[in-house]
Amino acid sequence: MSHPAAAALSAGFDDPVFDAQASFRAAMWALARPGRVERLDARLAPPAPLLPEAAALALALCDYETPIWLDAPLAAAPAVGAFLRFHTGAPIVEEPGAARFALIADPRGLNDFTAFPQGSPDYPDASVTLILQVESFGKSDLVLEGPGIKGTAGFGAAPLPVDFVARMAANRALFPRGVDLLLAGAGGVAGLPRSVFVKEG
Amino acid sequence: MYVAAKGGEKAIRNAHALLGKRRRGDAGLPSITLDQIAQQLTLAVDRVMAEGSLYDVELASLAVKQARGDLIEAIFLIRAFRTTLPRFGNSRPLDTGDMLVRRRVSATYKDLPGGQLLGPTFDYTHRLLDTALGGEGGEYPVETGSDAPLAMPRVTDLLGQEGLIEAAPQDDGSEPFDITRAPVSFPVDRATRLQTLARGDEGYLLALGYSTQRGYARSHPFVGEIRFGDVEVVLDVPELGFEVSLGTVQVTECQMVNQFKGSAEVPPQFTRGYGLVFGQCERKAMSMALVERALRWQELGEEPGSPAQDEEFVLSHCDNVQATGFVEHLKLPHYVDFQAELDLVRRMRAESPAQMKEAAE
Amino acid sequence: MSAQATSSMPRSSMPDITYNFAYLDEQTKRMIRRAILKAIAVPGYQVPFAAREMPMPYGWGTGGVQVTAAVLGPKDVLKVIDQGADDTTNAVAIRGFFEKTARVATTTATADATVIQTRHRIPETALNENQILVYQVPIPEPLRFLEPRETETRQLHALAEYGLMHVKLYEDIARHGHIATTYAYPVEVAGRYVMDPSPIPKFDNPKMDDCPALQLFGAGREKRIYAIPPHTRVHSLDFEDHPFKVQHFAKPCALCAATGVYLDEVILDDKGGRMFVCSDTDYCNTRQAQGHVGELGVPAEDAA
Repeated sequence: MSHPAAAALSAGFDDPVFDAQASFRAAMWALARPGRVERLDARLAPPAPLLPEAAALALALCDYETPIWLDAPLAAAPAVGAFLRFHTGAPIVEEPGAARFALIADPRGLNDFTAFPQGSPDYPDASVTLILQVESFGKSDLVLEGPGIKGTAGFGAAPLPVDFVARMAANRALFPRGVDLLLAGAGGVAGLPRSVFVKEG
Repeated sequence: MYVAAKGGEKAIRNAHALLGKRRRGDAGLPSITLDQIAQQLTLAVDRVMAEGSLYDVELASLAVKQARGDLIEAIFLIRAFRTTLPRFGNSRPLDTGDMLVRRRVSATYKDLPGGQLLGPTFDYTHRLLDTALGGEGGEYPVETGSDAPLAMPRVTDLLGQEGLIEAAPQDDGSEPFDITRAPVSFPVDRATRLQTLARGDEGYLLALGYSTQRGYARSHPFVGEIRFGDVEVVLDVPELGFEVSLGTVQVTECQMVNQFKGSAEVPPQFTRGYGLVFGQCERKAMSMALVERALRWQELGEEPGSPAQDEEFVLSHCDNVQATGFVEHLKLPHYVDFQAELDLVRRMRAESPAQMKEAAE
Repeated sequence: MSAQATSSMPRSSMPDITYNFAYLDEQTKRMIRRAILKAIAVPGYQVPFAAREMPMPYGWGTGGVQVTAAVLGPKDVLKVIDQGADDTTNAVAIRGFFEKTARVATTTATADATVIQTRHRIPETALNENQILVYQVPIPEPLRFLEPRETETRQLHALAEYGLMHVKLYEDIARHGHIATTYAYPVEVAGRYVMDPSPIPKFDNPKMDDCPALQLFGAGREKRIYAIPPHTRVHSLDFEDHPFKVQHFAKPCALCAATGVYLDEVILDDKGGRMFVCSDTDYCNTRQAQGHVGELGVPAEDAA
């Protein structure tokens, strides 16, 4: 191996079967009930700046079939790529257009959604899932509406791209094409699937 | 007063116990061994390996025994086991040109390098019941020669030297689609077509292949070659930096040579239909080759319209494990849906002459 | 679970065969889980997935079983019903499969279950927001009987071109005076995809609308997964002059006297005697235990 970091590789799930199941279930309910923060008890210590919650989602969902794209802060830390490759077997890709999952440590610098696969009219499922690392949830400055939400729901997370509402509106307008977002951090995960309408609160 | 029928659990247990008993048959007779099945019901075992898509003689023999000789059931057992196996890697493509041949016939040349080798075949046997086999006896020593396998060139390679047959598709090095790991979408590529046919039901492909001979997508086929024998399976191990032989498998390969009138771009030449199956499954390999060729109508600019040319139809229905499951699922209770239909029929009858009130909407 | 070779084998002995939690290997579960996430993100759209062979026949619930196996965790409580009943043979067999391979707790009580796998019914007891309802689906494509080709129907969904379906339903009205589809009655999900609700009686369709539980659909043989998130609009297709209506039954359940529930017809003798009883056995048993008695029922305290 060319990475000296591999020698000090952080451990994966304690229990690969049940930890993966629990992480998936959190992500599943998060997307099924947009904006509601699901508890994600990620007992992982991945290399910085990868957060344990984002790492848990990656380990639960990624494998050799799912190319992963890393944003600049994550790509700048070779130990992150080594950790993900070792524990998931997923190829790390340079091109966001080739990704099935994208890990974003700095949502403020997030590429335009159009850089990622958004599915086709025939196969809208062939689209990326973006995993955005956030520092906190709360402060409901957004209002969500759509499948999974009874009426409307307040939502907030930080940090997010400054033009987040406009991006989500453009994403919704593409429906059934579009990208799906999982926001991970602070002991939880929230989902914003492409079906959700996001407005300023 | 009415008590609803209960006890599904007990009924299932009892049914399984009875099945076990019937499978065993007369307990006074010795239980058939897997070796006996593997050695004496070889072609049944081969079919189970081929359509079960798992090369393991011992497990296929076990499946034949457990399934009481129901080969589709045995294929199902093997498939359900196979799907749980982890993947260690993909072998290099088999080179059937390097096959150690146990049987090889060509219908296109009287003689050819390597010769015709009849091998173990039912061809030319008189289909007369051999009552000697009914007893304990039946020693059949091989009188002449040996059945040691031989290496010999492929007939289509000989034809190819003259450019009379289309070139075999080149391996472009890309990873082939894997129908067991990804859902198929239409239209399919060659790898998907061949994989699907290779595990397809022998009887189904036989009927479709037969239909092409009777004029439904006639392709003027000749058996360029059928060969059956042993091929080495080789795995590249990147960590080791060299290849490792995993052993040999027996396969039957059929290359059909079919007429082709040519087109604006391509001069008249022969085309290929290809069949490859685990074990000695000649009927299946031939049928597969006929159907494979028929499915290529679009690529060769032929007229469509026959059942064997209909890719979505042919490939969606050739898996006998899927087919038997869905046909047999009609045995499951459907009384909820039936009740809904019953209600509708009664209502529609009631609406014409007024009668039948009890279950009306 | 392990399979041992028969001891009579003279040759090598067969190795033990062991299976993962809930039978499926982890890679397969991940693949199914990814499909479930996309299915939830695009309600009503059929996500292709690489369904595996299962140790039960295609058509007998392999899609539902794979979805259940992918979502199931050690703390789940599983209920399995077929035709509304917990004790039908296939429900018993599937429940036994998960008891054996996942050692999860099982129940027949709808309210106690966290995951309910069903074939052809939605329980009468209202579902709650912590529950997952997993449907077994034989033919996921609602347009299949109008257009057998996947290549065509995929286009129709892409274009949201559902005229064919409306024409079919309207032809029924022209011929019979009403829509002649009584089960697997097509629905429109979240205003976009027309979806097959699996062969539930249309009686159950309204339960899908704005349901607090997550509804997942698995079609193994056809290799499709689709979903309805909680609180999603599910509209049964109809026409202004022919609004959607469900079946109703003239009599209450003969055992528990419930009304407004789906009933099975039971033939009692060969002289035309028949009765109607709840198809949902848990619902019926619970009501009987609460003291409700139908005209052919037995008061709870008298039953041995």
